[in-house]
Amino acid sequence: MLQTYKNNPKPFLHGVLLIFIIVAPFWFPNFTTQLATLWLFIIVAMTWDMTGGQMGYNSLGNIFFYGTGMYAAAVFAISLVYDVGDYTSAFGGGRFDFTDQQYFTGFIFGSLFAGFFCAISAFIVGYLTFGLRGPYFAIGTLGVAIAAGELVSNWEWVGGGQGIVLPVYPGDLDDGKIFIYYAFAITGVVLFTFLNWLYKTRFGAAMNAIRDDEEKAEAMGIHTLRYKLITWAMAAFFVGIVGGISAFQLISFEPLETAYQTINLGIFMVVCVLLGGKGTLWGPIIGAILFHVIKEVTWSYFLGWQWVALGFLIVVTVVYFQDGLMGWLKTKKPEWFGIRVDQKEFEAAE
Amino acid sequence: MDQILGNIGLLIEFPVVNLAIIIEGLMIGALFALAAYGLALVWGVMNVKNLAQGDFVIAGGYVSWWLVNNIGMHPLLGVPVAFVVMWGIGWATYKLVISRVIERDLFTSLLATFGLAIMMAQIMNLMFGSDTQSLTLDMPVLEFADGFIQLPMAKVLGVLMASALALGVVLFMKNSRMGQAIRATAQDARAARVLGIDTEKVYAFTFSLNSAICGAAGAIIVMVWVIQPFYGITYSIRAFVVVTAAGLGNLPGVIAAGLGIGAAEQYGGHIFGIGYQQAIAVIILLLVLIVRLLQQRRNRQVLQ
Repeated sequence: MLQTYKNNPKPFLHGVLLIFIIVAPFWFPNFTTQLATLWLFIIVAMTWDMTGGQMGYNSLGNIFFYGTGMYAAAVFAISLVYDVGDYTSAFGGGRFDFTDQQYFTGFIFGSLFAGFFCAISAFIVGYLTFGLRGPYFAIGTLGVAIAAGELVSNWEWVGGGQGIVLPVYPGDLDDGKIFIYYAFAITGVVLFTFLNWLYKTRFGAAMNAIRDDEEKAEAMGIHTLRYKLITWAMAAFFVGIVGGISAFQLISFEPLETAYQTINLGIFMVVCVLLGGKGTLWGPIIGAILFHVIKEVTWSYFLGWQWVALGFLIVVTVVYFQDGLMGWLKTKKPEWFGIRVDQKEFEAAE
Repeated sequence: MDQILGNIGLLIEFPVVNLAIIIEGLMIGALFALAAYGLALVWGVMNVKNLAQGDFVIAGGYVSWWLVNNIGMHPLLGVPVAFVVMWGIGWATYKLVISRVIERDLFTSLLATFGLAIMMAQIMNLMFGSDTQSLTLDMPVLEFADGFIQLPMAKVLGVLMASALALGVVLFMKNSRMGQAIRATAQDARAARVLGIDTEKVYAFTFSLNSAICGAAGAIIVMVWVIQPFYGITYSIRAFVVVTAAGLGNLPGVIAAGLGIGAAEQYGGHIFGIGYQQAIAVIILLLVLIVRLLQQRRNRQVLQ
């Protein structure tokens, strides 16, 4: 047992982690919602890193898929039972009951539908914006997210600026929290397993090639636009799903502050990735955990100034600590990452 | 839909309304052009894309508003005072943040200034509250065409001050030694250093100048429209639209684009309703980016 662990510790560590993930809501029953939010941060950070870290396309508009996912899931779940226009114009009032079965079908298929809907919108948005490079891409995608928020807040059919009120979880409230936690956790574990596999394939190599030098990658015969679109669509798929789950978690949401929250979650996901380390598998996860802890601490101890503290954190991270924790570890302990440094050569270079 | 058609019908029926909208748009556009000119300056000289541009504008407005309300200063004096105060804030920002991101990749500067924008908006929110604020000038309102066109003298004065400021900056850039050094640095920073220009000083000066221009624009805006701590991002986006559409170092282009966007926004707000005004600014940005993209795609040869 010990021998196999020493030879290959990875499956063992992953197993321990998985057990922890499964028992966590029972272990810390008071923190179920917190842990669910942590999963949300981890998932959006990992998906941001797919384009930002691995492919070199820094988007500021991934929040677009989060908001669109929320609305897609909500509209889908409502339209299974009622007319959406009637439902939203009542703003949670009136007699719009959902049976247990209707709730769960709406939840599961609504979230999946949100994923596919976002993947398709990623193709359309990506086709229009992926010719933009560097900061233009960031500004362009930010523009898409802001414009979407403004347009949705004027769209009365989905509730306009008031937003949508979804049905609450049928049954015990604590069970509902655990249910949401597992919905996030399953999405997160699937995403991790998927990325763990994807980054080792030819496709992952092509993504890194685009990041390192897009012109050369194209000259080598990689159809860059296709790779960029597929990567973004995959990222959007997962963001759409968590958007859908968030919609059911928050129950009531409105377009500008919750769904298309450009300056909150939209920028947090980037900071999570930068804190942890861009372009690594574990960086976004560690960064999301770090950021979540810092955020909760500033929220409780700097009440009123928490936003200033967060802006300050962003500036400091970006200016002084951009390689993140993983980048810092990589320079300090390269052997942990399987990078061999020839000591003699290193000293000669010094 | 009917409402939109009705609004368009109104424009055709009463052509004089068009004129009123265009005049209003051009007056707003003049201030956009001012903020955009500052952005183009910073962008061109040190390759920093300042997403906190709009927050500098709003900060300048609050400097003027605070002084008028607390020490009873005349609102018109707010413009030079905001210019000076924002010069100092811009200099401090440069030393603390911007000087460390100039040499880095472009996304770094974008994200750092975005963090700065969040910070500034929140500090202003905590200091001055989240209500919209404005200053009123005791000035007559001129009326033309049976009251269809209203021309408050305060707005005319604001536009005149904006033009005077722009003219001053342009003359300064053309004729002074510092202006020459800034233009030289924009062309080739390394060559400028070799020829003995202290580029660090040029960068600090340029960023402070940009901040001061924004501050003065804000002090004008607080007199003729309203400010609010979170309005900054819309001014940033409009400045980006103008610079992206006009290109760097193209002053007539910047002015034309600024005026054009002001007018387009007013038209959009009139036709689709006031709720869409901000969406229109953003959509224009996306259209500009896409049109530029298509133009460049034609020049680009790719593997098919």
